[in-house]
Amino acid sequence: MTSYEQWISFYTIVRKDVVRMLRIWPQTFLPAIVTSALYFLVFGAFMGSRIGTIEGVPYIMFIVPGLVMMQAVMNSYTNVAFVMFQSKFFNRNIDEILVSPTPPWVLIAGFVAGGVLRGVVTALLVLLVALVFTPLAIFNGFIIALFLILASVIFALGGLTNGVFAKSMDAINIVPTFVLQPLVYLGGVFYSAKTLPGIWGEVTMIDPIFYLVNGFRYGFIGKSDVSVWLAIGVLCALAALLFAVVLYLLRTGLGLRQ
Amino acid sequence: MELALDIQNLQKKYADGTPALQGVSLQVPKGDFYALLGPNGAGKTTLIGIATGLVNKTGGSFKIDGIDFDAHPEKARRKVGVVPQNLNVDFFGKVIDIVVNQGGYYGIPRSVALPRAEALLTAVGLSDKRTTQARQLSGGMQRRLMIARALIHEPDLLFLDEPTAGVDIEMRRSMWDYLKTLTARGVTILLTTHYLEEAEQLAKHVAIINKGTIVADGTMDEILARYDEAQQQHKGYRGSRLEEVFLQLTREPEKPS
Ligand SMILES: Nc1ncnc2c1ncn2[C@@H]1O[C@H](COP(=O)(O)OP(=O)(O)OP(=O)(O)O)[C@@H](O)[C@H]1O
Ligand SMILES: [Mg+2]
Repeated sequence: MTSYEQWISFYTIVRKDVVRMLRIWPQTFLPAIVTSALYFLVFGAFMGSRIGTIEGVPYIMFIVPGLVMMQAVMNSYTNVAFVMFQSKFFNRNIDEILVSPTPPWVLIAGFVAGGVLRGVVTALLVLLVALVFTPLAIFNGFIIALFLILASVIFALGGLTNGVFAKSMDAINIVPTFVLQPLVYLGGVFYSAKTLPGIWGEVTMIDPIFYLVNGFRYGFIGKSDVSVWLAIGVLCALAALLFAVVLYLLRTGLGLRQ
Repeated sequence: MELALDIQNLQKKYADGTPALQGVSLQVPKGDFYALLGPNGAGKTTLIGIATGLVNKTGGSFKIDGIDFDAHPEKARRKVGVVPQNLNVDFFGKVIDIVVNQGGYYGIPRSVALPRAEALLTAVGLSDKRTTQARQLSGGMQRRLMIARALIHEPDLLFLDEPTAGVDIEMRRSMWDYLKTLTARGVTILLTTHYLEEAEQLAKHVAIINKGTIVADGTMDEILARYDEAQQQHKGYRGSRLEEVFLQLTREPEKPS
């Protein structure tokens, strides 16, 4: 395929996903708005007034980046995992792309771009909700955008791997509940890792969401538990690793071709 | 003779050990209407799956319009369209979107694909359903949608895996008329069907596959000439000549007692 044709194919995959997301917006975009409004209300407004400040910022401002990141991660992941699983398992319409000359990397890029759009748009919606509860500090807009996109890319790739491997719907639900949720809650969304006692501080260090939340939070409040450059390095490496895994899976047809 | 499809010694063993194809060779001339016939589980869908790049072969090779599939997969894929045996459309997609998007995967921009899709939907009698969701179509309509989808990139070789299953008589006839206009334009069609009278009427060449091996192939006349009244064993129902030849070639041999 020429690069123009590859672009058309990429655009088609993304467009189709966006049409789907908008058609079922009460399932795609609404839940994040409702849950995060509840979080802001309960943890931010009610409890935040008791907790006071963390690292010198009001508690609600401390948790906003974490909650936004949580939604970006969850939504980009489940979007791609679900769409991939559905199209390979229920409708089998992944064959539409598999018979075509669209190369595997364009397929991956298209699915991931769909997940990234879902993650980023959801994050922006949650930020809007946050504005109802607190004025937002912005320290560095570029860092904010960079971490938001990195998060969505990594978890969209993760979701794609999950979707390609999954043999049943359970396998799609297990990972978000038993892997992503713990990673999110232990990744410093609600607290500073510095405040954790003993071993827990080190456990946190191997959690990719810890780097995402900290880098993202740095973009807002200018403070982070780790160096932002270290965070960017770790996350880029993770993204590259996941891309290689997914590309290998698709090239060999594992999971998609018999 | 130029070949639209040239399969050499194709083999497929599924992961669970099922030997679906055991050294199949098949030559489909350009512009032909070719029928691949065989009982359930003979390996027809597997063969089509491999030729369209959806199933990985375990041995052998094949060329599409002279292009080796392994060496130039992208070039070969462009030439091929497929109507699969099982429905594989996005149930919630709109009819027109499904056809236009398929063009997109071949690199055809929407501005080009849209008018083509409209024309194809008209040809298969679905133009009034263009904005209906696929799940709301009847079974026969879904099959016709898959035909329109398979043609959006104007393939030279079209695989039809039981395209008329569940299609009513009137629609089936108009479908065959339409498919004949395609072969008249030079499109090669490889078809599987269990309606042998259909194959007898339409196909120039036939191959009969049984348990993963080709047991007979040739022109329709050659195959029909193998009809042997003496072997005629069915007392009750009698089908067409092709049906009887088919049964003689694929029937389990009677076990000596
Ligand atoms: N995904 C699969 N995994 C394992 N075995 C398979 C798979 N698909 C098909 N088979 C086996 O391969 C053999 C050939 O199947 P295939 O679907 O190609 O037959 P067919 O000729 O298309 O039959 P039908 O007329 O019923 O459609 C059968 O024994 C079948 O059980
Ligand atoms: Mg079949």
